[in-house]
Amino acid sequence: MITATERAFAFSPRRVAAMMLRYWYLLRSSWPRLIELIYWPAVQMITWGFIQYYVMQNAGFFARAGGTLIGAVLLWDILFRGQLGFSISFLEEMWARNIGNLMMSPLRPVEFITALMVMSIVRLAIGVVPVTLLALIFFGFNLYGLGFALVAFFINLMLTSWAVGIFVSGLVLRNGLGAENLAWSIMFLFMPLACVYYPVTTLPVWLQPAAWALPPTYIFEGMRALLIEHTFRADLMVEALALNAVFLAAGIFGFLKFLQAARRHGSLMQTGE
Amino acid sequence: MSTSPAIEVEQLVKIYKQAPAVDGISFSIARGSITGLLGGNGAGKTTTIAMIMGLLMPTSGSVKVLGAQMPQQRYRALQRMNFESPYVEMPMRLTIRQNLTIFGMLYGVRNVAERIEELGEALDLTRLLDRPTGKLSAGQKTRVSLAKVLINSPELLLLDEPTASLDPDTADWVRARLERYCRDRHATMLLASHNMHEVERLCERVIIMKQGRVEDDDTPARLLARYGRRTLEEVFLDVARGRDDAREAAQ
Repeated sequence: MITATERAFAFSPRRVAAMMLRYWYLLRSSWPRLIELIYWPAVQMITWGFIQYYVMQNAGFFARAGGTLIGAVLLWDILFRGQLGFSISFLEEMWARNIGNLMMSPLRPVEFITALMVMSIVRLAIGVVPVTLLALIFFGFNLYGLGFALVAFFINLMLTSWAVGIFVSGLVLRNGLGAENLAWSIMFLFMPLACVYYPVTTLPVWLQPAAWALPPTYIFEGMRALLIEHTFRADLMVEALALNAVFLAAGIFGFLKFLQAARRHGSLMQTGE
Repeated sequence: MSTSPAIEVEQLVKIYKQAPAVDGISFSIARGSITGLLGGNGAGKTTTIAMIMGLLMPTSGSVKVLGAQMPQQRYRALQRMNFESPYVEMPMRLTIRQNLTIFGMLYGVRNVAERIEELGEALDLTRLLDRPTGKLSAGQKTRVSLAKVLINSPELLLLDEPTASLDPDTADWVRARLERYCRDRHATMLLASHNMHEVERLCERVIIMKQGRVEDDDTPARLLARYGRRTLEEVFLDVARGRDDAREAAQ
């Protein structure tokens, strides 16, 4: 019944596949869940697309900086939806009161986290890819025209979203669904400091070091450099990657500590509010 | 086959905010045996089972399951055991087949599809396999939980109130399946229950807990004799209400 390979290796791709299958079945069985994935990114993009269209007609700077607002919206959505995609898959287990089943199964935390990461990409693809096509059709903004830079932006934004998602999942595991709101709102804490829609120099000088401590800041600065000055800032991407490594390690460490605390306090047996 | 106990609990303590839920209990459970864990609400049964499963960390003491120290070495044992409890559910939107496929894969079962068909037949679930789990009756859900418990053909089953909220006929049917499984596979079962009839029928040994301690531990027949009672329910009431005089008089 139990394969020798699975006894020998701590990490089992089959268990990761099992969890992905679980989320896939869930998505497939519920059209409101699928609609929800695409609804907000589309509304955001259309609203900001029109705003950008308006200011481009009325301001010289924005005319030169074509696409920065809509680009910022799309990249912000990658960051936000990436984290939400991770957290919602985790919350599905809490809502279904299935977390005890999983924690009592041979599923390792690292396998669980890996499955949540992959599912966040799947959910993001379902939600954001059609919206990027809408941005191209309605506003002529081709996100894919960013080429290699887009790959660098995407990888860094996903790493940040996972780090935050892992940390928040740990918090919910320890504190129950009472902490669920954090999953929906925590990323907005980043928004003013990550300088999504304006350069870091807009912030007061004393606040700028805090902004530079966040990996997404480097991405949004990098995007503006690309769209306004037509320069790809590889240095910013490398710095973001280094910071993301720290964030991811902290997220995983936090998750494991929260899991340990949940085992100590009996939270895994009471996964309600 | 190993002859060491399936479960070894030694001086186990769990304290929540200075209130002891489990207060220094020790027992061991032989492989292939069926043991009942009895006790009133708040006696510490669920807490004890949660620590045996590795879901809860003891304040002190130790738990060994199938030779693995819990929770530190839990991954050595988890694939060989399974559990059922009222504080967990199967995802409702997924069909029975989908749920069992996922748990089969998680538990490293080979030929999951074949195993599901086997369990479907054994537990009379075949015609329900493609129905969403949330659309089943309480009795059908219990059978699905049983299928999940048996998916990996476990050596050890931990069951917390397995027949709660079932009608007598379905409960009896579930007990018969569990009994047969343990007999055929020489599997060990630890069963927490409020149902004295269930414990009397299934268990060859009964551990009675009260206020986090083991109050008594023996075969049902010897407990009845010791307390001078005719049913385990009467014994349970004596223990719950602290009527030690019944035991002393009988002795």
